Amino acid sequence: MNQTPINLLEIKDLKKTFSISGGLFSRRLTLTALEDINFTIRKGETLGIVGESGCGKSTLGRCILQLLAPDEGQVLWLGQDLTRLPAEEMRMRRQDLQIIFQDPLASLNPRMTVGEIIADPLRALRPELNKDERRARVLKIMEAVGLLPEMINRYPHEFSGGQAQRIGIARALITEPKLIVCDEPVSALDVSIQAQILNLLAELKDEFGLTLIFISHNLSVVRHVSDRILVLYLGRIVELATGDEIYEDPKHPYTRALLTAVPIPDPKLARLRNIDALKGEIPSPINPPSGCTFRTRCRFAKPYCAEKRPPLERIEDDRLVACHRWREIEVPVEAVLGA
Amino acid sequence: MKQVLKVEDMSVTFELHQSEVQAVREMNFTLSEGETLAVVGESGSGKSQAFLAIMGLLAKNGRAGGRAMMGDINLIGMPPRQLDTHRGKDIAMIFQDPMTSLNPTLKVRTQLAEVLVKHRDYDQQKATMAAIEMLERVGIPEPVKRANAYPHELSGGMRQRVMIAMALLCQPKILIADEPTTALDVTVQAQMLDLFKTLTEDFGTSLVLITHDLGVVAGVADRMMVMYGGRAVEKGTVDDLFYDPRHPYTLGLLHSTPHIAKRAARLDPIQGLPPSLEHLPKGCSFNPRCAFAFDRCLVERPPLTDTGNGREKACFYEGPMAYGKVA
Repeated sequence: MNQTPINLLEIKDLKKTFSISGGLFSRRLTLTALEDINFTIRKGETLGIVGESGCGKSTLGRCILQLLAPDEGQVLWLGQDLTRLPAEEMRMRRQDLQIIFQDPLASLNPRMTVGEIIADPLRALRPELNKDERRARVLKIMEAVGLLPEMINRYPHEFSGGQAQRIGIARALITEPKLIVCDEPVSALDVSIQAQILNLLAELKDEFGLTLIFISHNLSVVRHVSDRILVLYLGRIVELATGDEIYEDPKHPYTRALLTAVPIPDPKLARLRNIDALKGEIPSPINPPSGCTFRTRCRFAKPYCAEKRPPLERIEDDRLVACHRWREIEVPVEAVLGA
Repeated sequence: MKQVLKVEDMSVTFELHQSEVQAVREMNFTLSEGETLAVVGESGSGKSQAFLAIMGLLAKNGRAGGRAMMGDINLIGMPPRQLDTHRGKDIAMIFQDPMTSLNPTLKVRTQLAEVLVKHRDYDQQKATMAAIEMLERVGIPEPVKRANAYPHELSGGMRQRVMIAMALLCQPKILIADEPTTALDVTVQAQMLDLFKTLTEDFGTSLVLITHDLGVVAGVADRMMVMYGGRAVEKGTVDDLFYDPRHPYTLGLLHSTPHIAKRAARLDPIQGLPPSLEHLPKGCSFNPRCAFAFDRCLVERPPLTDTGNGREKACFYEGPMAYGKVA
């Protein structure tokens, strides 16, 4: 890949807050789910988004697709700001941007047949197609995702989790999208089925020239599928780098901590590994720590980390990190992965 | 090593409207003092039902057969009242979702103290003190404050710790943990696994870890038992099964698990779907998904056989198992 990559999507200064009730008679509180989010997604890549629950990774996926309206900032799709697009135009744009969800069965209408579910986006987005044309497309997509043609008239409850996820993927693919947001697509599946779906996504990506945003809390899975990885902590980007850089030479203490916590399916390595488990849990996003939000759990934190928020620094061409001390805290890779 | 549990020929059957389903068949295993046994399998493999049966917690339409011997007492078929003198005291179980095990209307300390009042005849005050001490032992910061909280006021990791504290109050000899970290973030999961290690090493507790996550198994277990279609298909030490799996299903699981330090272009998953217990394939239950199946596997069921060095497997295939490209 020597050509300059095309930026399919550009996220600029994105911010999303939620107003939540503080309980009966108390004031409403503001929860900042995402802040200062800036990154680009290149055509044909898979961008992994990782972080603990509550870090804002799903919210980010939904803000990109305009399923949630960001408070501030821009979501530029090939230069066009989706946040300012009139509803009708956005609806048509959805052909290009699709999503698949974690719980495959819950995301399928139980009263529709598989064929109807997969064809549904076409009814809205491609009304010019007649019934036979729609059916032909549905069958073609079903084959691509590994569903048998005779399943077209069955209902979702007749399917296992893995097959239901294939239906969800088929529904996303039917509009010939350019980008798919995969929100924990394999977390609810058994191990053997999980691997089947991951392989399927990789094949489909090649076959249809897709760009994927892969949101997951499972770092091994993200490592397996992603070209670049974005690490979120309390609604902010703490690190963005290629998969190899993140796993071989993590710069942010949070990324390191996450990696050391990932279980390794290799008993000897697992025993050798010096787990430097993060203390405590993610602080409340309603009242985040001052300065660097990670400092309360960071073993490298200094008093000045509480005073100033570390900016997201570009440390190499394609690497971003937000830490005051990233230069000083060299930790060898072996200590992180035990490899 | 002293044996704390010996399960012999155990089975679990559920009665449906018109038929019966056998969720667990011919289960045999032993558990030694201070040992961690991982029970690995996918949904429907019977891994949870087997241990619910031992705890006397099967659904109303379920019944268990065989023996689960703790010393010279058999837990299977024991009347609930008698079982209650052992449950929580000698053998305890924790689950994936702590909210389903904690009473939402009672403060944490009330629920914890109750265990000691019941099993150990502690008075309320002494029980509460012991409960707070245990909360601290399992790594809960500000234990006095947390003890006065209701379960919903705690985070997921904290609730899981409360449940573990509750299970440990009477220092049971055996702790059964059913997917205890599946719902937790990796960072909290690492803390939990650390806690499990402390338990087995410092308290001599024997741990049964029911999970589908081979990463978790590699980190904490000594031995493992792989289940498929209601039966154990391979048993041995963790090292033996990870580095030299003899059953194609064990091999398949290993190749389906992404490894954070090794990036393969494609995973090498097991084809097909886990079987329905109502319609188990003839012969070996795994044969439709097995790359090494031959004619004998289609008609005859391989028994679980001792293959030496404390290993057992249920498979007729004896040749080398190169698996796909990865091997």
